[in-house]
Amino acid sequence: MSPTPRVNPPKDGPTPSARASDARSLTRDEVLRYARHLVLPEVGEQGQQLLKAARVLLVGAGGLGSPVALYLAAAGVGTLGIVDDDTVEANNLQRQILHGTSDIGRSKLASAAARIGEVNPHVVVEPHPVRLTSANALKIVGPYDLVVDGTDNFPTRYLVNDACVLLNKPYVYGAVLRWEGQVALFAVPGGPCYRCLFREPPPTGLVASCAEGGVLGVLPGIVGSIQAVEAIKWILGAGDLLSGRLLIMDALELSFREVVVSRDQSCPVCGDNPTQTGLIDYDVFCGVDAHVGSPSGNDAFELDVRDLAREITGDLPPLLLDVRDLWEWDAGNLADRGALHIPLAELMDRTDELPEGTAIVTYCRTGDRSADAAERLRSAGFAVRNLLGGLEAWAREVDSSVSVA
Amino acid sequence: MQVRSLFFAAYRDAMGTGTLDVDLPEGATVGDLVSSIRSRGAPFNRLPKAPAVAINHEVMRGDARLTEGDEIAFLPPVAGG
Ligand SMILES: [Zn+2]
Repeated sequence: MSPTPRVNPPKDGPTPSARASDARSLTRDEVLRYARHLVLPEVGEQGQQLLKAARVLLVGAGGLGSPVALYLAAAGVGTLGIVDDDTVEANNLQRQILHGTSDIGRSKLASAAARIGEVNPHVVVEPHPVRLTSANALKIVGPYDLVVDGTDNFPTRYLVNDACVLLNKPYVYGAVLRWEGQVALFAVPGGPCYRCLFREPPPTGLVASCAEGGVLGVLPGIVGSIQAVEAIKWILGAGDLLSGRLLIMDALELSFREVVVSRDQSCPVCGDNPTQTGLIDYDVFCGVDAHVGSPSGNDAFELDVRDLAREITGDLPPLLLDVRDLWEWDAGNLADRGALHIPLAELMDRTDELPEGTAIVTYCRTGDRSADAAERLRSAGFAVRNLLGGLEAWAREVDSSVSVA
Repeated sequence: MQVRSLFFAAYRDAMGTGTLDVDLPEGATVGDLVSSIRSRGAPFNRLPKAPAVAINHEVMRGDARLTEGDEIAFLPPVAGG
């Protein structure tokens, strides 16, 4: 059973797109243009009007974004928002068929808008010449019905997923590398999200980017076309959606594998008791931040929250030790990251509760009491570092869902 | 019991093979399989500790139990676009 698709009603307001979606009925030009859709029972006049009223956000106007934009525009999706802040480079043209040779050096948005206008002048393009970040994602995604992911990095993929889950928007996922592609529809009611499948980002260095690993130019054409199919089916409410299934394609052996993906009740974002209820710093989450060392320079004895965020998702996570008073711990803590709680006053009487041979990171609210705790434990022979800025810095820079007493 | 591990894409490149048959005690979990593979040393220790896996074409978590003849596909995350 696929979930019931839904299209948001047209938004009010003076924007050109709103005017376009108010005028849902098809003009004579459009009836001629969409004739091959209109005879399809799953589309017809009503379906074509749904497409015209639809607002789709495309994140990335690159390899995947090219076929998605071209096919959705040709199909008559009324409003296409595009997020991209890149310019067209010569090495894009092997796969990014939205752009041409004369576009080299031009912004991808300008190039995309011109090409889409040529493919179908009835489509309204809403350009977003920015990089999607935790600060702007909810605002940008909010006014759209559905999001298609054509990004090229893990932090933005986790960001798009989490924003879609939080805003209850379908997330059409696609990814390519070398000869392999993946496609799925996430964040529809009852279905899984990207985090249900890939809970943790991969260790840095294991998975190459297209720049390092290469990609067959046709591959994003196939995967992006499948993304466009799923977007159109969701808008129309037609067929069986690719929700609860991950499609894995290998172009070298030309095989399509499908695995069943269920919503994970323990998913930190879409689970029954989500532990993350806002957007976080995804560069830190994915360990791609080039941040080096700690501000104080005393790396053996202290670390900052970005270092910690990287370390606790790595291969040898340190043990977190909360030394605040009980009421502070009860108000909010890092127990879900494996933290132990021993108040500073009791610490030296309870050192037998600390596992031997494990690196420890002490924390409190601001980093003062835990500095004291770290020094005491160190003199008792433990390997301890203090978390600079404490839980307040953690909540501010890494995970805003943690409440700090 | 014996189970078969399948490595796709980046994992196949990293492990240098697409399949690996592994003997495990009865009642072993996905997590036990991952530990067993990682303990073989390089290059198998490049497998992450908690990778996404599908047992017989269904995505499962690390605490899922395995049975004789199971096929465990390791699904590499892919980011390119
Ligand atoms: Zn989820």
